[in-house]
Amino acid sequence: MKIEVRHLTRIEGHAHLEVDLERGELVACRLEVAEAPRFFEAILVGRPAGEVAPLASRICGVCSHSHTLASLLATEAALGVTVSEQTRGLRRLLAYGELLQSHLLHLYFLALPDYLGAPGLVPPAPGHRELATRALRMKKLANDLLWAVGGRPVHPVTPCVGGFAAVPEPGVLQGLRGRLVAALPDLEATVELFGGFAYPDLPRETELVALGGGGYPFLGDTLVLGDGSPWPAAAYPEALGEYLAPDSTAKLAATPRGAYRVGPQARLRHRFGALSPMAARTAAALGVTPGVANPYRAVLARVVEVVHCTEEALFEIDRLLLAGLAPEPPAEPRRGAGGGRGVGAVEAPRGLLLHAYRYDEAGRLVAADCLIPTAQSLGALRGDLAAAVRAFAHLPEPELTRRLELLLRAYDPCLSCATHRVTRRSP
Amino acid sequence: MKPRVGFFDFTGCEGCQLTVLNLEDELLELLELVDLAEFREVLTGGGGPLEIAFVEGSIVGPAQEARLRAVRARSRFLVALGACADTAGVNALGASRDSGALVAAVYGPGAILPELGPPRPVAAVVPVDARVPGCPVDGAEFLHVLQALLVGRAPELPHYSVCVECKLAELPCTFDRGRVCLGPVTRAGCHARCLAGGDRCRGCRGLVDNPRSEPYYRILADHGLTEAEVVAEFGLFNLAGRGGR
Repeated sequence: MKIEVRHLTRIEGHAHLEVDLERGELVACRLEVAEAPRFFEAILVGRPAGEVAPLASRICGVCSHSHTLASLLATEAALGVTVSEQTRGLRRLLAYGELLQSHLLHLYFLALPDYLGAPGLVPPAPGHRELATRALRMKKLANDLLWAVGGRPVHPVTPCVGGFAAVPEPGVLQGLRGRLVAALPDLEATVELFGGFAYPDLPRETELVALGGGGYPFLGDTLVLGDGSPWPAAAYPEALGEYLAPDSTAKLAATPRGAYRVGPQARLRHRFGALSPMAARTAAALGVTPGVANPYRAVLARVVEVVHCTEEALFEIDRLLLAGLAPEPPAEPRRGAGGGRGVGAVEAPRGLLLHAYRYDEAGRLVAADCLIPTAQSLGALRGDLAAAVRAFAHLPEPELTRRLELLLRAYDPCLSCATHRVTRRSP
Repeated sequence: MKPRVGFFDFTGCEGCQLTVLNLEDELLELLELVDLAEFREVLTGGGGPLEIAFVEGSIVGPAQEARLRAVRARSRFLVALGACADTAGVNALGASRDSGALVAAVYGPGAILPELGPPRPVAAVVPVDARVPGCPVDGAEFLHVLQALLVGRAPELPHYSVCVECKLAELPCTFDRGRVCLGPVTRAGCHARCLAGGDRCRGCRGLVDNPRSEPYYRILADHGLTEAEVVAEFGLFNLAGRGGR
């Protein structure tokens, strides 16, 4: 039996899936990434420090804020720039806003149709209009947060090296705060909706890697591996090695224990105790734990994170307003810092994202390496796909195909973002 | 019967499709007017003849060319959606370099990748009936182009420059802040959003029809830009020469 799905739908980017089964035994399982490479690391080279982030943002339209933030952190680390607490707060707001819009897009528009038995949520089938309206209302709130702080939901314009070229009026944040509070019934309905579906069981222990540090961090400078060991982000080439798969020209990333996964379940594994109060209650209600991560239940992990980031955005707005949010000049590089090497690490919606840069004395970028979440998770996804084929080989072909597509979507892969798959040559 | 509309993505970041999906206030109403027949990112299924095909991304290699031609063959109107489709966008930055060297730089020496070729704008491969410029596109302008095509009118883009929108918004001149700005020669329609956010214009919407290049080059020279730097500025979002045609 051969299963072939060309141009998989409801994922970001293009991929084909091929599975070869002989008398119920798995012969081959191939996930082909059908994206033309865009060579971002090469085209970033030669740019002055202030021009790198606006270009790096274009790596991905869905997580352009995460790429902007990782890029700015890398440049600031290289040039010795220390930003203000206000800048850190506004950047966290961007991270929350982006996670919300990305997770909500995934949950309602990419994943939900599978559980409703519909080809998509838009256009809504008869009876799904209220769901679509709620989904759009929640997504709009997330995007309005990005409009207010970043200047635009796709490819932000206000973040710059050292801070923000423009900050939102306090009244605008106040208004968003009110709308975040008013969104709580929508959150409850979302938890109830996704808590009511049956997710296939695929218990598989996988190495889970996330950002380290206090709280439930989205911007940071340490990594935590599956065994809980902390690593400085700058040491990522040693922590996250590379290997070549025999059937692929793509290099895959691995820790000493093998292929790993990043993303919502990895964050929950390591930072479960730091969830916001509402998110902790949501996790308890949905049976989401930091334990063995069934990849199908990554959908529920996203629901928990939507609640967490909504609540954290509220807290963050309060902190910014209390401290007296006002425009401030971007922080300058340390005098005489010249060139240097820097690594920026953030949690993008799909997981750990690293940008590593080296600048010359004139402040021009001479080398760049970008470690993309989906590229890091590809090895684990291949393993999970093969495990799913073995676990569900007894099912009729349409159901087996459906479960493989469900698994792929549960990873929420962003293949357009994977500008290259993985290279491990630190600048 | 409602006109059938499809969305297709090639080489790009999918940010323009996302900008269409970000039209939260208009989307459901829009879907009363058109039949969303194909949109791989959020919809399973597709095929069949289309009234309008929106194409996002640059075209790289023979497989993408063939896929684009097939879309063209079954569409009455084909629209280039966003800078990558319209002018090759940031993908153009790799166009002037040897693709073998790019592969070696990013993937390591000896790496072999399929489907290579220079990234090209859609119009370099098939006839294009209309365009929505920008990186990313402006949602309202997308609706404007769609509306024009639906009522049988040729969509029009602003004929003036971003500089005009910036002045109307009473924003401080970017040159006065000591930064180079492509606003004087770039087509308007973005509401000078980057300038309002304290950034500069990088020309993502392409050049205005008759740019006043001579005075502009003099301003750039006054700001100390060399010829190579001027070319590099223009090249951020635009292919040099005949736009890859």
